[in-house]
Amino acid sequence: MTPKKKRRIAFAAALVVAGAGAAVLIVGALKDNVLYFYSPSDVAAKHVAPGVAFRIGGLVEKASVRHGGGADVHFVVTDGRGSVPVAYDGVLPALFREGQGVVALGALNGTGTFDATEVLAKHDEKYMPPEVVQALKRSGRWKEGQ
Amino acid sequence: MTGELGQLALCFALGLSLVMAAAGLAGSRADKTNNGAATARAIANGSAMGLLVFVALAFGCLVTAFVTSDFSVADVANNSHTLKPLIYKITGVWGNHEGSMLLWVLVLSLYAGAVAAMQRGGERLTSAALGIQGLLAAAFLAFILFTSNPFLRLDPAPFEGAGLNPLLQDPGLAVHPPMLYAGYVGLSASFSYAAAALLVGEAGWARAARPFMLIAWIALTCGIALGSWWAYYELGWGGFWFWDPVENASLMPWLIATALLHSALATEKSGAFSTWTLLLAIAGFSMSLIGTFLVRSGVLSSVHAFASDPTRGFFIMVLIAGAIGGALALFAWRAPTLQGGAAFDTVSRETTLLLNNVFLVAACACVFVGTLYPLALDALTGTKISVGPPYYALTFAPIFFALLLLVPLGPRLSWRRADWRTALRPLYPALGLAGLAAIVVLALASPRTLAGTAAFAVAGWLIGASLVEARQRRGAQAAAFAAVLAHAGLGVTLMGVAGTTLWRSEALDVMGPGDIMHVGPYTLRFDGVTAVDGPNYQAQRAHVALIDGGRAVAMMEPEKRVYPAEGQDVSDTAIRTTILRDLYLALGDDRGGGRFVLRAYVSPLAPLIWLGALVMALGGALSLWGRLMVRAPAPAAQALPAE
Repeated sequence: MTPKKKRRIAFAAALVVAGAGAAVLIVGALKDNVLYFYSPSDVAAKHVAPGVAFRIGGLVEKASVRHGGGADVHFVVTDGRGSVPVAYDGVLPALFREGQGVVALGALNGTGTFDATEVLAKHDEKYMPPEVVQALKRSGRWKEGQ
Repeated sequence: MTGELGQLALCFALGLSLVMAAAGLAGSRADKTNNGAATARAIANGSAMGLLVFVALAFGCLVTAFVTSDFSVADVANNSHTLKPLIYKITGVWGNHEGSMLLWVLVLSLYAGAVAAMQRGGERLTSAALGIQGLLAAAFLAFILFTSNPFLRLDPAPFEGAGLNPLLQDPGLAVHPPMLYAGYVGLSASFSYAAAALLVGEAGWARAARPFMLIAWIALTCGIALGSWWAYYELGWGGFWFWDPVENASLMPWLIATALLHSALATEKSGAFSTWTLLLAIAGFSMSLIGTFLVRSGVLSSVHAFASDPTRGFFIMVLIAGAIGGALALFAWRAPTLQGGAAFDTVSRETTLLLNNVFLVAACACVFVGTLYPLALDALTGTKISVGPPYYALTFAPIFFALLLLVPLGPRLSWRRADWRTALRPLYPALGLAGLAAIVVLALASPRTLAGTAAFAVAGWLIGASLVEARQRRGAQAAAFAAVLAHAGLGVTLMGVAGTTLWRSEALDVMGPGDIMHVGPYTLRFDGVTAVDGPNYQAQRAHVALIDGGRAVAMMEPEKRVYPAEGQDVSDTAIRTTILRDLYLALGDDRGGGRFVLRAYVSPLAPLIWLGALVMALGGALSLWGRLMVRAPAPAAQALPAE
């Protein structure tokens, strides 16, 4: 075997090994570390188990925002067909408003409340998270031009 | 008038780019009597300069329209406002889809002009590279003119503009997009040179394209660092990297560009990996194009997603498919004809560069899958998922960590064949520094973590090895210290990343006047909030005293700003840094009665993240300086190679 061929084979082998290694890491990590997005009606329909992290999105229900004694805040996320109470201890994003779109990241606790670790609102008043738009469309609450 | 002038300039630019493409490709043929190759080359060079002039003119027209608040231009009316400070009127030019695409083409033309002016790698190679660059320019100019024209008029013109997203009204963001574009588009020059090398059959292209690779890499490094710094101080979450698809879109070209810089070094030196380097040059610009598509097509929801027009997404898709497919077809056709390089031993610098490439490409693959898998799954099944930091901690982190372990070995080994004992013996002090760093971290940090200890040991290893290397190269030309600096910068950034990720402390409370908050080693007193008027916003400014020994030693003033024109509020954080530690305050909701939510972080070593990136970029700049300024070839009998 010429040195050139040897080198080519070594190069190809290194790439294959690295590719296989990366693939194993990727598949393993994807199995346990993706977050699903559910609308409030999905949460009821799919019987999401407590403790499983996911993202929930919808509208902040009117007159549902209550502040606790500290920085904690409670509100209800709705898509018109279902609603889920959310508890969050932290700074709400600047554009968090009742009646507007929101996406929260966290998990259900034993009592059916969604304990959020992160709350995201839209970036500006023209923008609505696309997942929320679709969730609202499915529940028939979306009006064009909204 | 400026609108029409800009429009006209763009049309001329499109015509010139087509001329440049045709003439450049015709000029790449070998000279024969009367085949006009020499004339074609002259035309290609001339049209490259013409293209630059006309695109610059169009860009100037758009800047003028923004500065004079000419709201009869739709782009200005949609994205500007008379009350905006001048600097943000100018930066607003690229704070929207149309303007940012024009900036993209301006940068592309600048690179084409530089390729024409420098004539690196001979006339035929340059000519072919200009031809490819012309094709790219034509495609993007057509994209602008047909789907994203920044000069469309509004009739009647509105009295006032809609304003610019306040998040983007920030000095950091004024520089971030041009910097990132200089990097993204800079990879087009390597791409054009690689395609040109395939067309002409020229093996010396890696040397010719090197300055462009370096400029692109430096600009990407700075651009990514600026973006991450902006996210840190502007978004109020205290984080510096979110594995957001848009961030990933800039990280992927950086990883490939880094691999390209290293692989091209071997190609240039001994002809090793010649086809692989070509492939990397193609892959680097492909990543830039995919990044542009991800960011600009609106498939992702983010502050960067300006366009949501499906024709634009489709046009960019066709453009990407054409560029990548065309280049790969050319590669498959022509690469087998290129000369391979000399053989090398298992223990040699080539082997370490090979490992460098394998790890970088694997790391890029992890980011690629994490970014695109959710999009593919949504398109195929409608299931919406997101892939967050835990995924990257399990995939990207171990691969990059393994890469960092090997970094100090490469510069120690000689080309072709090396003796690893004699080469690595000088690195013992670096091992000592690694051990020392681990011990210091175990002694000082709480909580003690394996990841943190390992990160500091590796940082000590990287920085120690750079010190050893710098000592050995005393008296050499500045360019000899390029890799030394860049590798040390990696170690500095790693310490910053580990410090903020593992040892950040946080406090969050509702604070009334006089209330005290403790965070990390600091004591804070909330002294209330006053109303302040900015040029185009109203702010609630909190006054927070930093207390030491019962006295206020400093005031910090985080703000919450409301931008009435845009109908949006933004938080403005207050950061006090000692380089070794950041105290970071963000003001939250008004809870009535003068009480506000206040969030405080103490982030150890946070500034090192960006300091390290700066050191890396400086390393790149040294290498570039060496390439551009030192005309004479380096003496052959140098004790250590220059890079």
